[in-house]
Amino acid sequence: MSADTSFAAVMSRRGEIISRALGLDYSRFERGPLAFDYEGMMEKTGYSLEEVRAIQRDVGVGYTPLLELRNITELVRKVSPPGKGARIFVKDEASNPSGSFKARRAALSVYEAQRKGYSGVIAATSGNYGAAVASQACLRGLDCIIVQELFDSRMVGQPEIMEKGRKCEAYGAEVVQLTVGPELFYMMLRLLEETDYFNASLYTPYGIAGIETLGYEVAEQVHERCDRYPDVVVVTHAGGGNLTGTARGLRKAGADDTEVVGASVDLSGLHMASDEDFNRKSFTTGHTGFGVPFATWPDRADVPRNAARALRYMDRYVLLHQGEVFYVTELLAVLEGLERGPAGNTSLAAAFALAQEMDQEEILVVQETEYTGAGKHPTAQLTFARENGVQVRRGDPAENVPGEQIVIPEGPEQIEVRDFSLDRMRKSLIRNAVRHTGVEEVSSREVDFLCEEINRDRNFVTAALCELQVAVKD
Amino acid sequence: MQEIAQVGDYVQVEQVVLQAGERAPGVPDDTASVPLLMRVKGFALSEAAIGDEIKIETVIGRTVSGKLVNTDPRYDHDFGRPVPEIVEAGLEARTLLREPGTRRRGDDL
Repeated sequence: MSADTSFAAVMSRRGEIISRALGLDYSRFERGPLAFDYEGMMEKTGYSLEEVRAIQRDVGVGYTPLLELRNITELVRKVSPPGKGARIFVKDEASNPSGSFKARRAALSVYEAQRKGYSGVIAATSGNYGAAVASQACLRGLDCIIVQELFDSRMVGQPEIMEKGRKCEAYGAEVVQLTVGPELFYMMLRLLEETDYFNASLYTPYGIAGIETLGYEVAEQVHERCDRYPDVVVVTHAGGGNLTGTARGLRKAGADDTEVVGASVDLSGLHMASDEDFNRKSFTTGHTGFGVPFATWPDRADVPRNAARALRYMDRYVLLHQGEVFYVTELLAVLEGLERGPAGNTSLAAAFALAQEMDQEEILVVQETEYTGAGKHPTAQLTFARENGVQVRRGDPAENVPGEQIVIPEGPEQIEVRDFSLDRMRKSLIRNAVRHTGVEEVSSREVDFLCEEINRDRNFVTAALCELQVAVKD
Repeated sequence: MQEIAQVGDYVQVEQVVLQAGERAPGVPDDTASVPLLMRVKGFALSEAAIGDEIKIETVIGRTVSGKLVNTDPRYDHDFGRPVPEIVEAGLEARTLLREPGTRRRGDDL
């Protein structure tokens, strides 16, 4: 390969590299500078729910157990007002082949890669998705490269990401491990160009269609056991795919009234691309460093149009402190006999607080667990945090300072969610859409598109556009 | 760890992907001031000492060159130490659930 591999040169070729690595023409869905046909893209490039279920069933993905957390529910009721404390269920996604719900996304992406004739797949991810792609690739006989952001400049690796890398290698993948920086994407482009492999992005229509079965199963299993749909489903929110796919699946099952709540760990104050901050984080996903930017500008992803568009589906967004998530991870282990997480338990921590607002006959579902292991465990993360100068202590979790203090609650009554304004995120999405496209006026159709993007009415959208001095054409 | 890798040994190499001055625009100063480094594992294609430039073949057959940093790479991430604050929190929750009047799994046995 004699092509110029400088950062600027590779990035200037990103359009053609990505297009070749997906075999998918996004331009046919564009509908003006701002708008595109989201549902059209999902229908014409994705698979029907029945097809997705068949593909996943064929490789042992999905159909995970729904477990009722009776002891945790009982503990919730002890600290709830009389009559409050919803029944909490958890979808044990850790029982998927690679140990997380990401197997659902990978099952579709790798199937698509094989169907289109690619000889290998690449994914740029430091998360569970790497192992999921590696696992699916090996069973389909495809080569696999996973690109991770793992080390700080001292070459100290984040323990959780080291474990995820080990798991990828266990499935026969080549793991390319980088130091901190957003150039993970640049490296992926270089590797795609060198290998002509498929880009098994988290954000294609396949990556999202694969999760719809999760929402569908939640609705189906709850309905079967309780003769009603869940009142609330809580989703750990990072890149937006988990929430988008789950919400779409719930709707496809007919659970139209189920409230979908996103939950993230609050890591505000830590810069995601900072070498020094990197190993001061005790959560590598499910946090605000992904959750806010991806919700407010989904097309920052490694595909031209991101199929994960969380603000279309999110009814509420709540934040938790790191110490609260470690605390409920311990509760899950010692009260329910389930050693899972920790990052995937962000939604469980949220559920612990949200259930206290709900009536006892109502049903709240935590829609995932993830496998645990060396590096990927509260003891591993808290030991590592202490070694990196972070103080770990009991106390009021509100005293948590990301990167400086992790405060483990003194009792279950201290677990609280903090609402993050959805309207603030909605305005931010509109601002980002305007800034990235440079539009000075928009059509009525584009206003409709923005209404769908943020799940709000025309008055809200036109007021936000007016603040940005963007005119609406008749 | 051996100082010398033989042909066929499973090793780890390190490569400078972008020098400090070549990083992506807009990265924070602490990141911009250090190079972007990459580490990859594979089978040594020649004999080399730690620090030597070497080519390896990865598990999927790709050839990667870089400085030899590890002749016998190890997974050294672990479970850390038991964290007393977490152990205590778990014990307290168990105690709460054993209070009289609390419904417990198996009460109807």
